Amino acid sequence: MAAYIVKRVLQIVLTLFVFLTIVFFLVNAQPGDISRLYSLDPNLPPETRAQMQELFGVNEPLWKQYLVHLKNTLTGDLGVSFSLYPRTVADVIKERLPRTLVLFLTATVVSFYLGFGLGKIIAWRRGGWVEYTSTLGGVTLYTVFTPWFGLMMIWLFAFKAGWFPIGKFLDPVVWQDAPSDANTVFNLMLATAVVLSLITFCVFLVTSKKRLGMARVLQAGIIAVSVLIVVGVWLSSGVGYLAWDIVKHMVLPIATLTLISFAGTMLLTRNSMLEVIREDYVLAARAKGLPEKAVRDRHVARNALLPVVTSFVFSLAFAIDGGVIIESIFSWPGMGQTLVAATVSEDLPLAVGTFVFVGLFVLLAHLAADILYAYLDPRVRY
Amino acid sequence: MIVDTGPVPNAPSLWRVRLGLAGRSLKQNWSLFLRTRIGILGLVIILFYMLLALAHPILMNTVWDERIYDPVIGFAFDETQQPAPPSLAHPLGTDPLGRDILSQLMFSARSEFLLGLLAAVVTVCIGTMVGATAAYFGGLIDMLLMRLADIMIMMPGISILIVLSALIEVGHLELALLIGILSGFGGTGVVLKSQALSVVVKPYIEAARTSGGGTLHIILVHVVPNLLPLSFLYMMFTVTSAIFSEAVLSFLGLLDVRMSWGLMIHTTESAGYLLQVGEYWWLIFPASLSITLLCSSFYLLGRSLDEVVNPRLRRI
Repeated sequence: MAAYIVKRVLQIVLTLFVFLTIVFFLVNAQPGDISRLYSLDPNLPPETRAQMQELFGVNEPLWKQYLVHLKNTLTGDLGVSFSLYPRTVADVIKERLPRTLVLFLTATVVSFYLGFGLGKIIAWRRGGWVEYTSTLGGVTLYTVFTPWFGLMMIWLFAFKAGWFPIGKFLDPVVWQDAPSDANTVFNLMLATAVVLSLITFCVFLVTSKKRLGMARVLQAGIIAVSVLIVVGVWLSSGVGYLAWDIVKHMVLPIATLTLISFAGTMLLTRNSMLEVIREDYVLAARAKGLPEKAVRDRHVARNALLPVVTSFVFSLAFAIDGGVIIESIFSWPGMGQTLVAATVSEDLPLAVGTFVFVGLFVLLAHLAADILYAYLDPRVRY
Repeated sequence: MIVDTGPVPNAPSLWRVRLGLAGRSLKQNWSLFLRTRIGILGLVIILFYMLLALAHPILMNTVWDERIYDPVIGFAFDETQQPAPPSLAHPLGTDPLGRDILSQLMFSARSEFLLGLLAAVVTVCIGTMVGATAAYFGGLIDMLLMRLADIMIMMPGISILIVLSALIEVGHLELALLIGILSGFGGTGVVLKSQALSVVVKPYIEAARTSGGGTLHIILVHVVPNLLPLSFLYMMFTVTSAIFSEAVLSFLGLLDVRMSWGLMIHTTESAGYLLQVGEYWWLIFPASLSITLLCSSFYLLGRSLDEVVNPRLRRI
């Protein structure tokens, strides 16, 4: 296992270098250089332009620029944003990365469980109306024009029903005399979420060997108790109402992203289940008189999980793209919205910096998924 | 000793046998395809949009006045205010700039089809060649191509296209090529390679090699044709992603195109009608629904073809 992880990490690092190289040469293939963006004025004296070029280092040979680019990217120096002027790109990213992480991770985990659970059920009822409606619904959600879907969600649940705020990250009125700033509260929320998911993971790990009914009760009990404790701590902390404001803004984007990305998992689980059902051990499990639910959840679903996880690794990039679109529709100030906004306003340093981080994010997500896969399937630990 | 005695008398010629076999397998596959139902639904939607696309030039030349109905520079002089609600003259109303929505919809359908087709052809050409070469040669070439595929798969496509649109002018042609390269060297190539692996170990490949067939000849004549059913399947999925990417990018206003479904919603957004879904439904629904329907129909078609092509999914 350790050797496998080391090998994957090395591959990822190599991929990262290739990625950074591609980004560098893409930007460098442009006519002119970055100093032109600062000095569009045709009346600028040539000496000033030369001075500027020297300042930016664009008169150096290409390989030297490339090395500087690598060094700067790796040390986190991504330049200064044009559109948010005195702020550096690294500063903007530091603020917005956690927001994307929350959106993406929550939606991914929820959609994976939802997709797997529903896929299990529809595979068990092949041929009925359940199959056709769920396939049609799944495909529609999977291929729906995401901006329109997000818009419909905003219109229905925020504009007409008024249950949720229309986009954005927080309500400035609520935060007027807040005791602490949004980033602090949000990072605390992030920490809470991490602790909660760790607890959930451990509970599932421990109870997975127990009998089915027993395991369900234990899981539900422990998770409910820890959720209650967390809610209690937040309520007594004094910033609970601020956290609640952020949560209210989070619900709609997360729900939308979950809805568009769960369908792929659901459809694939169904196909994978249908392949496993034909195996002899499923027949054996049925023959020895196990209840259908036990056959489905313990014998078929466990083995059907592997191809689903593989494709899940592939679909990470899809989910991140979905996140980019959803963020710009909901004005959620994360990496995706920053990427689009920077591109539209031609803020090249910010666009490239964000893109590098989105790439880095995908690489890390891949690494995590690979390790998970190696844990699930002993055969890949060669 | 084998003596070539010439063609057997009264035997049907080779091409007729081949044609008969192809016809039989087509018939069998068609009946399998009919049983999937969702594929038929997809096919009907695609045909509907094809008819729309084909009808546009005819309508423009006969019934529709060019000054009023041109999808890009037309103006509905017959309406007193823009955007005008649906009427007999303008079945889907007009947009905030006074252009006929139905005409825009039909005009864009053609470019969506062309874009999808081009992206799919580029993807499949690259993917098939990558898959066949990687499987045939193995070793270093295989490793290089597959590591490249790893990188391509990890790339978030929409984000790349967004950044690229800041750097270069991206129109329909460039978009199709970019999508083709991304998915041909990426996911499609990997899937086709795994199929090609089972082809290159077949005895007839060995036979072709011993009878002196060149590498290129073997790959093109013996390996690639056996990948075609799967390639065709992946064309459908590429069309979906091409139409989707085009719609998203032009919705964000990043594409250099004259008219497209995404651009129609972009126009609605920049004119400020985006949240007035109830009052101005014709500004949002026709274009969005078209994108969704066409994307899903190609996807549905692909899925039902998958059930035909993939023996493991066939019903017992």
